[in-house]
Amino acid sequence: MSYEAVIGLEIHSELKTKTKIFCGCATTFGAEQNTHVCPVCLGLPGVLPVVNKKVVEFALKAGLALNCTINKFSKFDRKNYYYPDLPKNFQTSQFDLPIAEHGYVDIEVNDTTKRIRITRIHMEEDAGKLVHAGDTIKDSASSNVDYNRTGVPLIEIVSEPDMRTAEEARAYMEKVKSILEYIDVSNCKMEEGNLRADVNVSLRPTGSEMLGTKAEMKNLNSFKMVENALEYEIERQEEILEDGGHVIQETRTWDDNKGITLSMRTKEKAQDYRYMPEPDLVPIITTDEQIAAVKKTLPELPDARRDRLIDDCGLSSYDAGVITNSREMAEYFDAVIKQNVDAKLAANWIMGDLAKNLNAAGKTIAESPVSAKNLAKMIKLIQNNTISSKIAKKVFDEMWQSDNDPELIVKEKGLVQITDTDAIEKIVDEVLLGNPKPVADYKGGNTKSIGFLVGQVMKASRGKANPAMVNKLLKEKLSQ
Amino acid sequence: MELYKQPAHTLHDMLVKREITSTELTRAFLNRIEQTDADIHSYITTTAEKALNMAKSADEKISSGESVSFLTGLPGAIKDNICTLGVKTTCASKMLENFIPPYNAAVMEKINHMDAVILGKTNMDEFAMGGSTENSAFFPTHNPYDTDCVPGGSSGGSAAAVAGGLAAWAIGSDTGGSIRQPASFCGIVGLKPTYGRVSRYGLVAYASSLDQVGPLTRDVTDCANILNVIAGYDSMDSTSINEPVPDYTKALIKDVRGLKIGLPAEYFVDGMDEEVIRAIHAAVADFKAMGAQVVEISLPYTKYAIAAYYLVASAEAATNLSRYDGVSYGSRVSGEDIVAMMTNTRTEKFGNEVKRRIMIGNYALSAGYYDAYYLKALKLRTLVKEDYDKAFEKVDVILAPTAPTPAFKIGSIINDPLQMYLQDACTVPLNLAGLPGISLPCGFSKAGLPIGMQIIGKPLAEETIIKTAFTYEQSKDFHKMFAGVIE
Repeated sequence: MSYEAVIGLEIHSELKTKTKIFCGCATTFGAEQNTHVCPVCLGLPGVLPVVNKKVVEFALKAGLALNCTINKFSKFDRKNYYYPDLPKNFQTSQFDLPIAEHGYVDIEVNDTTKRIRITRIHMEEDAGKLVHAGDTIKDSASSNVDYNRTGVPLIEIVSEPDMRTAEEARAYMEKVKSILEYIDVSNCKMEEGNLRADVNVSLRPTGSEMLGTKAEMKNLNSFKMVENALEYEIERQEEILEDGGHVIQETRTWDDNKGITLSMRTKEKAQDYRYMPEPDLVPIITTDEQIAAVKKTLPELPDARRDRLIDDCGLSSYDAGVITNSREMAEYFDAVIKQNVDAKLAANWIMGDLAKNLNAAGKTIAESPVSAKNLAKMIKLIQNNTISSKIAKKVFDEMWQSDNDPELIVKEKGLVQITDTDAIEKIVDEVLLGNPKPVADYKGGNTKSIGFLVGQVMKASRGKANPAMVNKLLKEKLSQ
Repeated sequence: MELYKQPAHTLHDMLVKREITSTELTRAFLNRIEQTDADIHSYITTTAEKALNMAKSADEKISSGESVSFLTGLPGAIKDNICTLGVKTTCASKMLENFIPPYNAAVMEKINHMDAVILGKTNMDEFAMGGSTENSAFFPTHNPYDTDCVPGGSSGGSAAAVAGGLAAWAIGSDTGGSIRQPASFCGIVGLKPTYGRVSRYGLVAYASSLDQVGPLTRDVTDCANILNVIAGYDSMDSTSINEPVPDYTKALIKDVRGLKIGLPAEYFVDGMDEEVIRAIHAAVADFKAMGAQVVEISLPYTKYAIAAYYLVASAEAATNLSRYDGVSYGSRVSGEDIVAMMTNTRTEKFGNEVKRRIMIGNYALSAGYYDAYYLKALKLRTLVKEDYDKAFEKVDVILAPTAPTPAFKIGSIINDPLQMYLQDACTVPLNLAGLPGISLPCGFSKAGLPIGMQIIGKPLAEETIIKTAFTYEQSKDFHKMFAGVIE
């Protein structure tokens, strides 16, 4: 029997407000343990929460950018459970009246667009962090609690179970990350836990409308983990079903080192969180005017930007998608083409050499040593035949080291392309004389040998000869 | 003249006229505490040294001719569920037996700003759950009128301290009657402000949507003066009301002519003491004689108020008290793992009444019971509120007994929670509706125990109820009495 996976994601995103959701403590990551705390986020007796208005504004922004309906009457609730990293032993979250509902995002997988529905977006506080004495909780005699993260604002974005493959789940998470970056509400640094996902997956016979029993994997904080964990889990469940077994409803953890999921706890019955309205906070009333004002602050979002790059710049759907996936990259691209350079060439350089170098150096495009202005200048040099693409790679490497003006680099290093026919002809003649065998091969019908000859000419010119002219001249001479 | 027998405003006048110093006054109260608190047990913690330091600095202010506030140099007492920076705040619970807050409650900031002298922290029912102060984890407090009797609760320590001359004024909290009922039992004045009038920041939460901080004083004049200090918007409390605070002492006027007073039939509950009923009816006659109009009104949902109250309050309490787990502050009883540690801590360190309410609350919030209990209670709460709204279309204030009986004997109903809960029948409806209410003495039982009456106002109508109470008070001698004797 063939099976189909049914996948839903709950994405938690930390919001990049300066202060916590219910107090004035800083949200800075990586501070010394328990230094960003106060009576409120420590949950001391007698304290009261006060909602950070920026959090509501950011949540509204996210709601609108993810095509949600905003609930004009929204409220906070207490979600009750005991855990040592949760000082009040309840999490202030939203239950039945979240800030936003009924949204969607469109993802592209295998050249088709698919709409993934978003059930809801709600605001909540993050919990603290347990710091175990040993490597894992099991081999630790004791644990410390770091409350710096307690009260850092989160939004939880809950999808409908609309995804069918690990690839789709990954694309969905990438898209959500991209949108959150565009609207500038989250740092989205996955390695710092700014963005993490709980993934639900169940299997059912292809074509069936029924839902199978699901397993949940919590706190996956990279796209790769989401994809790998899902691929593993789908296979695991498939094997169980193939063998005539039953999947049990449980929470599983993904062991990234071993590449497997492990049972964490079984959910024999749903945990009762005994939600109740948060009596210390008043409801959040949002007006049409507020919604309109927030809407105005929304930038051009990835989909619109991609369409613009396809329509106005003639980029392929794939290239436009890659470039607009990150707001930083899209902005870099815009800055390059603003200098009147060829858009496709710009896209190739950005997605090619620049991206490769950035990846290797672990830098974001905003930290690129090569400025958009200089890259544009370099592309212009290619366009007006001052340098060849091959030389351009040398120039680019120079720019990566120094971010010097490419015109200067070309001049100083004598890299100007040779476009003088006489000069090229001289080299071509020398190469033809010095390589009788490939010449004979070519003439004998093996036209592939021209590649070797082009290479020899380029080498002799130290790469400066215009390759198109070299090709043309060689062909002319060989067919004489 | 014995200073401790005087109302706060008399002492204030003496301080301002420099007839006495705050240091002398503070010593007088500290002496009184030393002599009598072994019998009354109104304080959990006394802060004599701190008090004398505060008195000294108040004296400096007064003698330098700086403008002084009503509270400057006046010794008072604070209920032990209001956080005091550097001073133990136990909530009368083993759980917080050694808890020293690193911050001040909003009301404490205001009171300290007025250069008041704080004598100490007063006894209460554990986490403010109870109506007799017998639920204190440490010791019960005794009624200064009759030490065999309870002082009421949960602010029993504050009420007994004021009634017994162990403080010139006191602060309490009222979730279902915890200021008004002990004021009634101890023959003093207690006011629960409109919900949101006084900041709750730093008041250790029992039931967040019902809790209010308020004054317990010897007379209505003191009450108005202290309300002036503690009332007002606080950005740290999202539920506090952002409305200007009037000068409540401007309402200290003797005039009830034309005032429409509503008398709700439903407040004369089954089992209400005959002497209480008689005292209220006598007060009604007095009001009429002074020119007020008294009309019978009906508040039909009153009979559901206790049930609604105990569900809402317990549900909120269950989550509010979840934080006491032994992890980062308060008491800890160790266990073999984290769950055992939390369980042991909560089992050993919470008293029975607290555990009872946590269980009721968690039950009411559980899946499958939420709609039947918690949600229904919220609906009843709305109906109780609507009752008042309708009544206030016809009347200016509502008059009712504060408690069904005068103070009862220590130990007499402590093992009968339902009987104890019925004590709150006349007080909880106001908390559900968020209304202000003041309790003041209106007579004595044959046994010599005080009887209190309650004047209830519209939201933010503290001035109206103060004026009504003041008019009555000034027509009688109860406020001139000290523990049953006219001084």
